[in-house]
Parts: sequence; structure tokens; C-alpha cells
Amino acid sequence: MTVTSVTDRNSPTLEVQDLKTHFFLKGGVLRAVDGVSFTVGRGKILGLVGESGSGKSITGFSIIGLIDPPGRITSGRILFRDRDLSKLSEKEMRQLRGNRIAMIFQDPMMTLNPVLRIDTQMVEAVLAHDKISKQEARARARDALGMVGIPSPEERLSAYPHQLSGGMRQRVAIAISMLHQPDLIIADEPTTALDVTIQAQILAEVQKLARDHGTALIWITHDLSVVAGLADEVAVMYAGRIVEQGNVDSVLDRSLHPYTHGLIGSVPSQNRARKRLVQIPGMTPNLLDLPPGCAFRSRCAHADMACEQDPPITTPEPNHALRCFHPQREYAA
Amino acid sequence: MTTWLLRRILQALLIVGAMSVTVFVAVNVIGDPVEVLISPEATQEERARLIASLGLDQPLWKQYLNFVSDALRGSLGNSFVYNEPALGLVFSRLPATLELAVLALLIAILVGIPLGLYAGLNPDSKASKTIMAGSILGFSLPTFWVGLVMIMVFAVQLGWLPSSGRGQTVEVFGVRWSFLTADGLQHMLLPAVNLALFKLSMVLRLTRAGTRETLSMDFVKFARAKGLKPARVIGVHVLKNIMIPIVTVLGLELGSLIAFAVVTETIFDWPGMGKLIVDSIYVLDRPVIVAYLMMIVLLFVTLNLIVDILYSVLDPRVRLESRT
Ligand SMILES: Nc1ncnc2c1ncn2[C@@H]1O[C@H](COP(=O)(O)OP(=O)(O)O)[C@@H](O)[C@H]1O
Ligand code: SF4
Ligand SMILES: [Mg+2]
Repeated sequence: MTVTSVTDRNSPTLEVQDLKTHFFLKGGVLRAVDGVSFTVGRGKILGLVGESGSGKSITGFSIIGLIDPPGRITSGRILFRDRDLSKLSEKEMRQLRGNRIAMIFQDPMMTLNPVLRIDTQMVEAVLAHDKISKQEARARARDALGMVGIPSPEERLSAYPHQLSGGMRQRVAIAISMLHQPDLIIADEPTTALDVTIQAQILAEVQKLARDHGTALIWITHDLSVVAGLADEVAVMYAGRIVEQGNVDSVLDRSLHPYTHGLIGSVPSQNRARKRLVQIPGMTPNLLDLPPGCAFRSRCAHADMACEQDPPITTPEPNHALRCFHPQREYAA
Repeated sequence: MTTWLLRRILQALLIVGAMSVTVFVAVNVIGDPVEVLISPEATQEERARLIASLGLDQPLWKQYLNFVSDALRGSLGNSFVYNEPALGLVFSRLPATLELAVLALLIAILVGIPLGLYAGLNPDSKASKTIMAGSILGFSLPTFWVGLVMIMVFAVQLGWLPSSGRGQTVEVFGVRWSFLTADGLQHMLLPAVNLALFKLSMVLRLTRAGTRETLSMDFVKFARAKGLKPARVIGVHVLKNIMIPIVTVLGLELGSLIAFAVVTETIFDWPGMGKLIVDSIYVLDRPVIVAYLMMIVLLFVTLNLIVDILYSVLDPRVRLESRT
């Protein structure tokens, strides 16, 4: 591949190709992420959706290089602005972390260090990548707090995390992620632990910030309704693989994978007409030494003998791909 | 904060009062000093005179009241044996015990925390497993046995270090200290290590457990996600969190280091309070025993208070609650 400056400008911020992250446990190999591919364009938002345990967080941690033993990225490429992150040294990776790639975690109560003041935790994040004075770093931190809608940021700076509400703490974490105006933010279920109104506020703010700064965003969630109003693209994950992905409208309006149907059926807003929420029957399979074939078949109403093989990737329409032997047009109610 | 402090001080005084009764009664139960002090050939008259001069002819409650009123005037009676103020006697031995205990504490901290941190960061390495096995020995081997082995190996066989006494001392502000001279330090080393061993194992295990627990916390991963260097993640984010329980425990343990110096001081013939109390128990020198025990009670109560204050300085969550 020849990279000219023209293709450089149009190339996506992130291109993940066949990423595999496995955990080598005493009981066997756990394929948490098993051949995942997607791209996120400049300033675009990708919604990464799936039930708990499907490998969403591990995908995020793989990109930012925070997989600890016994886990390891076993294959695949993570092209970030045309550099393969899986080939970088730990030092090179550290220079990107928090600087060009940032991450926001699920539980704001646990993300900030309880014994360090907010300013300490923000100033150190600034100074990790910029050689400026402490005063300048503190001013930058204060501005970042103001930007994410925190009232009287100067006072908040000298607070300890436990003096702030969950929503405020998550705003602080978001402010930290924005300190260096990164090219990519991975938001790992950042609003799951918060109540609905605050969730909506934060969603709107992050969307605006990403658009304003041209930041690419991977928004991880188990809630399809969040993705509907937010994302440009969506990837549906199940048991370490992406089972359906593409443009958000085609995937949500014309979903074809039985698992995606199940997820849509369990979204309250899509389902007002019906009395009850349809839960996907059964449980996510144990990923340890998962047998080949479609991992969803134990829960799928359309499974047959064919599904004991790995389903190939098909592309029923442009920018809409899925892995299923028997795509379903209608809801399998 | 001030009401909290006042309440704590009041509690501390109550404890001291209750302990003084306990100590006084207990010391009366363990034996009659007259039997030890008086020669068997003494006449009945001599015996009565001695009992009266020691104030032992009065009922126990009266003895206690006398003791308290004397104590409030800063006197805990005269030693039966040395015929000097018991408190002064105990105080004169305090520096020797204190410097030994502080050195032991320093050894426990300076060796225990780094080793515990290493073992916590590399739980599967051979070195960590060896360290942890060693800490179990440090926990379970009796202090007197380890002390004797140390004397045999380092003093008798190898002849590297002296095994008894304080060595050369220097007087500072009227108090003699060993740690200020090379010879004194040499004399301190074996007993201090002996005294430190148990605490060292404890600090090591606390540090390791704290490190393991803290490393798995989200805020450590988030600190790494900010692009911080490992030195900062470990040195600030992890260490600051595990210091809270360690400081608490160590503060409380300084008291028991001083109290349990008895064994070490006896083995290494270290002329501290522990040695004094053992000698005094042999001859049932009540005022000295009481003075020593009251001193230990005061020490524990004071240390508890200091640890509480320190704890609230270290942990911002406690600080906020105590203010309300
Ligand atoms: N440190 C780890 N050791 C072993 N297995 C892990 C570890 N972290 C995650 N896993 C496993 O990887 C799978 C995917 O986890 P995760 O990415 O956290 O799921 P999600 O974020 O979609 O809920 C799960 O089966 C989980 O048990
Ligand atoms: S491949 Fe078969 S089992 Fe898997 S989702 Fe499609 S129909 Fe169901
Ligand atoms: Mg997750």
C-alpha cells in the first residue's frame, strides 16, 4: 500500500483488521476478541454494541494497549493514522495513550483515584505529554472542566473525587480524556452507571465535543437505543466476534442477524406497542474453548446443521455486513 | 474537628483511668513483695516496720487512692529496690528502648515496603515466592529463638557484631543515645533486627496484599490510560492508597514493639525498660512494675490518638466525615 498525502487525509483514523485478543488461562484459551475488523473515520462515531461479556471492553483495551497477562493480542493489525499499534514499543504506546488515544471507563466511582485531588489527577495527565509549567497545566485542566459543563471549575479542581456526584466524576473523566484533543476516544459504557437524564446530557455533550474537534469516537454500550441517536456506524458483537455491522440506519432499520433482532427487541423505546420486552432467551456462552460454528446457535430460533460451521461474512447491501447462514428480514418474535 | 479531638482525648483519659485500676489490682494479685524483700531471719517487728514504711499495711482501696493522688502530683512511688522514684527509673531506661524500637520500625519499613511492593508487582516470580516464604518464617519463628540463633551465628561463630549491651553512647540533652556512635549502632543492629523481624514480615505482607488489590482497581488502569509512566502509577497512585492501612497498622505496632522489646532486651542484655521490668518482676518491685505498665498504657493511648489523626490526614474520605 502506498500512502500519499492525499490518501493520508482521507484514510480513517482507526482501522482494526482481524484483531484477536486471547486470554491464556489455566483452564484453556479464552478468545475474548476473535477476529474483529472495523474502521472509524475522522470525526465519526462507531457504536460497539453487545451483551455483557461479548468482548467490547477487551476490544477497547486492545486498541489502547492495556491488555495485561494472561491476555495477549495474538494477531491482527490496529492501524491508527496508518501506524500499526500492535508493533509499537511500550514507550511509543505510552506516548499515544491519553494523548492521541483516550479512554473513558464505565464506572465513574472507580475511575478517579480516591486519595488524589482532581487537580493532581488532571495536571499529571497534561504534564505526561506536554512540557509546560504546572500553572499552565492547571489552567488547561480548569478550561477542560468548564468545557464539559462543570460549574465553578476552579473550586472543583481542589476537590477530592468523593466530594463529586457520579455524573460530575464522569464529566471529570471526559474532561481528562479531552485534555490533549485526541484523535480517538474510546468510551466504554460511560453512561451505564448514571441515571437517564444525566446520561442524555453527557451523551449530547460528548457528541458535540467530538464533532467540534474532529475526534473519532468508539462508543461502547449494551443499549442499542443509545447508538441509534448517536452513532454513524454500528458494530454488533457477540462472543468475541462482530456478527453484524454497517451504517447505523441500515443495521437498525433493516437488521438481518437474529442476535441483532434480539437486541432490538429488548430495547424499551422500540417496543412500546408490545406489552413486554422480549429478552433474548438463554445466556451468553462460556468463551473458554468455544467450539467452532456460530456461537449464537444455542439461542437462535433459526439454527440448523449448517450453523455448526463458521458462517461466512456476507454483504446484503453496501456498507452492511453480517455473519449468518440464515439472515432474517422480519423480527423473530 | 475540634469536638472530635476533644471527645477522643476524653475517651483516652477514661481508658487510662480504667487501666490504672486494673494494673493496680493485678500487681497486688501476683504476689507479696515483703516475702522477697525481707530476709527470712527478720523479727516480727522489723517486718511490721517495713510493711508500714512501704504503705502496705493499709487496705487496697486506700493504697489505690494514695497512688492516684501521688500520681496526679507526678509521682508513682519509690522503687522498693533502688529507693528512687519509680517513674524516674523507668524514664531513665526509656531512651534505650525507644531507639531500639524506632530502629526496628525503620528496618521493618525500609525493607518490608520495597520487598512487599516487589512481590505484589511480580506475584509469579521465583524471587517473590522466596520472599513470601521468608515472611512466613518471620511470622512464625519465636523471637527468643531467632535472637539466640542470631547471637550464635553473627556474634559467636562469625564474630561480626557484638551481642550484648549498648556499646558506646553519646549524651545529648542529658540523655544517652547509642545510635549516634558507630560502636553503638553496631551494638544495636542484632537486637533491632531481632525485634524488627515480626513487624517486617507483617509490613511486607500488608504491602503485597495492598499492591495486588490496588493494581486491579479501575483507577490504576485509568492512570495508565492517561499515558503516565509506570514510576508515577506505582509510586503515586498505588503507593498512596496502600500507605493508609500500613501507616495505621505501623502506628499501632510501635506501641507493641516497645512493649514486646522485653524478650529481645533480655536476650541481648539491652538495658532498656524491658530489661528493667523483667528484673523488677523477679523482685516484685511494685512501684516500678506499675510505673512501667502505666507508661505502656499511656503510650498505646497516645499512639492510637496520633494514628487516628494521621489517618484522617492521609484519607480524604475520613477527613470529610469527621468534620461534619
Ligand atoms: N483479565 C481477564 N482474564 C480472563 N478473562 C477475561 C479478562 N478480562 C475479560 N475476560 C473475559 O473476556 C470476555 C470479554 O470481556 P469484556 O470485553 O469485558 O466484555 P464486555 O465489555 O463486552 O462486557 C469475557 O468472557 C470475560 O470473562
Ligand atoms: S448462523 Fe445460524 S445459528 Fe447463527 S445466527 Fe444465523 S441462523 Fe442463527
Ligand atoms: Mg465491558
